[in-house]
Amino acid sequence: MIEIFWNIILGMISLGLIAAFIRLVRGPYLPDRVIALDLISVLAMGFIIVYAVRFNQPNFLDVAIILALITFLGTVAFAYYLERRS
Amino acid sequence: MAQTILVLTLMLIGAFLMALAGLGILRMPDTFLRMSATAKAGTLGAGLILLGAAVYFNEFAIYTRAAAIIVFLLITAPVAAHMIGRAAYFDGVPLWKGTIQDDLHGHYRRSTHTLESGEVPAQDQVEALSESDDFPEEE
Repeated sequence: MIEIFWNIILGMISLGLIAAFIRLVRGPYLPDRVIALDLISVLAMGFIIVYAVRFNQPNFLDVAIILALITFLGTVAFAYYLERRS
Repeated sequence: MAQTILVLTLMLIGAFLMALAGLGILRMPDTFLRMSATAKAGTLGAGLILLGAAVYFNEFAIYTRAAAIIVFLLITAPVAAHMIGRAAYFDGVPLWKGTIQDDLHGHYRRSTHTLESGEVPAQDQVEALSESDDFPEEE
């Protein structure tokens, strides 16, 4: 019974990932792609956390911390170079 | 049992918000609206899922870790969204054609990247691109 709920949760996050990936491919501008990458990494973080709970592996939460840190740095770096370009 | 229901509820709401963020970035008509959808819904979804994980493991170390990630996300998501939005505006990404008001129009100086309260001379204004220039040719 509970199994169904885990599948629904992971399925909804996967839908968000697919939508963000379509936006990453289609653009049409560079900032759109950067936002899509940002969203993809946040969704991947959520996916990892749900996975950690589902298979009872608390160590995976460290991956989420690292991913959050790197995402922020990546987005700020993208924004910095995007602004210097113009 | 009550704990399981609480965990599942938190995670279902969080996953639903993440799906909404994906829908927002796919269907919103312009860059800035897309950004507003992802920055808020994505952060809240990740926060709720983290809270669910903390309730599930129910240990002090995990609560601390989850609180650290949530606070970090709440601090960094608006900063990142603001920087990307500013860079997008300077880059000339056009607004949606249904936009009623653009308060920044004519107030950003292009050469120094500063905001001024008065109108900037026309040749120094940031103008919007007409079509996509993802990777423009070097002059």
